[in-house]
Amino acid sequence: MKIVTCIKQTFDTEAKITIENGKVSDQGVNLIVNPYDEFAVEESIRLKEKNGGEVVVVSVGNDKTQEALRYCLAMGADRAVLIQDPALENGDNHSAAVALAKLLADMEYDLIFCGKEAVDDGAAQVPSRLAEKLDLPQANVITSFELGDGQATVTREIDGGTETLEVQLPAVFSAQKGLNEVRYPSLPGIMKAKRKELKVVSLADLGLSAEDVAPKAELVQAELPPPRKAGRVLKGEVEEVVAELVKLLQEEAKVI
Amino acid sequence: MSIVVFAEQRGGTLRKITYEVVSEGKRLAAAAGDSLKVLLAGSDVAGLAEELKKFGADEIAVANDAALADYTTDAYAAVLAAYIQQENPGLVLLGHSAIGKDLAPRVAARLDAGLVSDCIDVKFADGDYAFVHPIYAGKAIATYKVNSAVKMATLRPNVFPVEENAGAGSVVDFSTEIPAPRTKVLEVKQQGGDRPELTEADIICSGGRGLGNPDGFQLIEQLADILGAAVGSSRAAVDAGWRDHQFQVGQTGKVVSPNLYIACGISGAIQHLAGMGSSKCIIGINKDPEANIFNVADYGIEGDLYKVVPALIEKLKEVKG
Ligand SMILES: Cc1cc2nc3c(=O)[nH]c(=O)nc-3n(C[C@H](O)[C@H](O)[C@H](O)COP(=O)(O)OP(=O)(O)OC[C@H]3O[C@@H](n4cnc5c(N)ncnc54)[C@H](O)[C@@H]3O)c2cc1C
Repeated sequence: MKIVTCIKQTFDTEAKITIENGKVSDQGVNLIVNPYDEFAVEESIRLKEKNGGEVVVVSVGNDKTQEALRYCLAMGADRAVLIQDPALENGDNHSAAVALAKLLADMEYDLIFCGKEAVDDGAAQVPSRLAEKLDLPQANVITSFELGDGQATVTREIDGGTETLEVQLPAVFSAQKGLNEVRYPSLPGIMKAKRKELKVVSLADLGLSAEDVAPKAELVQAELPPPRKAGRVLKGEVEEVVAELVKLLQEEAKVI
Repeated sequence: MSIVVFAEQRGGTLRKITYEVVSEGKRLAAAAGDSLKVLLAGSDVAGLAEELKKFGADEIAVANDAALADYTTDAYAAVLAAYIQQENPGLVLLGHSAIGKDLAPRVAARLDAGLVSDCIDVKFADGDYAFVHPIYAGKAIATYKVNSAVKMATLRPNVFPVEENAGAGSVVDFSTEIPAPRTKVLEVKQQGGDRPELTEADIICSGGRGLGNPDGFQLIEQLADILGAAVGSSRAAVDAGWRDHQFQVGQTGKVVSPNLYIACGISGAIQHLAGMGSSKCIIGINKDPEANIFNVADYGIEGDLYKVVPALIEKLKEVKG
């Protein structure tokens, strides 16, 4: 069983966002493996532990991203590939998907796992774009995965409920919280990870040009949202406060 | 040029998000001097075209095919991509719903189109669109331009106002070859009852760790019943096993923007605020005067939720008759 797992390094969800020259600054920010991608890595490792095979973690990123890939290796992935190129630095979801698809086109895989979205741009595009570029079926936002013969049965979240799907393999799956409980790397895992292969490839190595990955969506500017002003804290006896609140909701906020 | 809107239906009913996206499509079409075309896909959905006419689209194309009875990525992507190729629009809009999130990037990749997901605003000026999308779960707001011929966007639910318009044009049939889907829907489970879906709800009542125990949600549900609201929760309440993850609001849960959000026993952690900070009106009920929720709440009540919420329920019963 060969599994490829796509991960992205993102800001810690606690991170305070600051803007510099119309862009989000990464100064002093703690970087993590995108939380949803951790579910993808965990599921891949569990499947390998059960069925044998290999888990390859792949990412598009920069020097710092090696740390995120090492973390996945410490969790139990077998090797890692990082696509790194100056031409990808201002890339969009199209850029990342094109680069990943080209890398994967020359790899063997039965399953491809991603996280359902990255907590930075919250776009949820790469899994579906990747599936399209590889001409594979997709199942997004899955909360359960059961491997069958040439197919998998998954549960995925839909609006207001869930759906059970049978998916022909190979396919791309994107992981949602609930799929599994993510492990922490063990000390031996961390030691072993240091010796595992982490290969860095450029666009040229993949046979791609900067033009092939030129972004289709370009950031004009990022800004901080207008701060939400603290409102009024109502004080007094419960009955009075509640009566005042209901009146405010009806007459001032006009929301009920 | 035209603007194409994908009209989302599930089980033969148009989703609320469809009205929002069609309304925004009409506004943008007027601003850009474009025509508005709506694609409605499904099985036995021809009747829904009448309903869609209220929004003044220049054309409503209906792809009616038994192969579209269930939503599958393969079948729906084939239809939407073929329609876009036929119409060659400048802009394609979908909802940022479960279906829209699955379909839009798939079709965008097929057409090598730029896509901005989860927009809270789309502006047209100087012959181009600017797409506004919250990033870092709303901690920053980014504006994008798209440079492909066909530009695509998904729109956040509950943000764009619904507006009816006269002047609907014709309803036409659209058909294309639909491939056998490589996924098969075995079962669909919809959450029971008539509670609105979280991302569509006008009012949300949420409970957190401050409820103290799972039964506390009964109180939140009573409050929600009176208001016709959806029930949400913080991650702490989900992690405690009191509530299913699909009800979690926040950075790693649902992003919601109701008219009214009532947070009961929720401290207001940054990851929770990320999911509900764009609500029009926020109420915080918390016994801790220092709770962060009071820094964002329009109205705060400092006190024990087990005293405040029952009193609030009584008062609402009184005024709502
Ligand atoms: C990667 C990551 C992702 C996360 N994603 C999310 C997310 O999507 N959504 C989310 O919500 N959180 C998320 N969190 C967790 C977040 O940091 C907080 O831990 C969580 O939101 C706290 O939930 P809470 O407010 O219910 O609990 P607490 O912070 O424990 O707050 C409980 C509140 O209840 C009040 N209280 C107690 N008893 C009463 C009473 N009787 N009456 C009135 N008030 C009372 C207390 O004063 C307190 O303010 C995430 C964290 C991480 C690290």
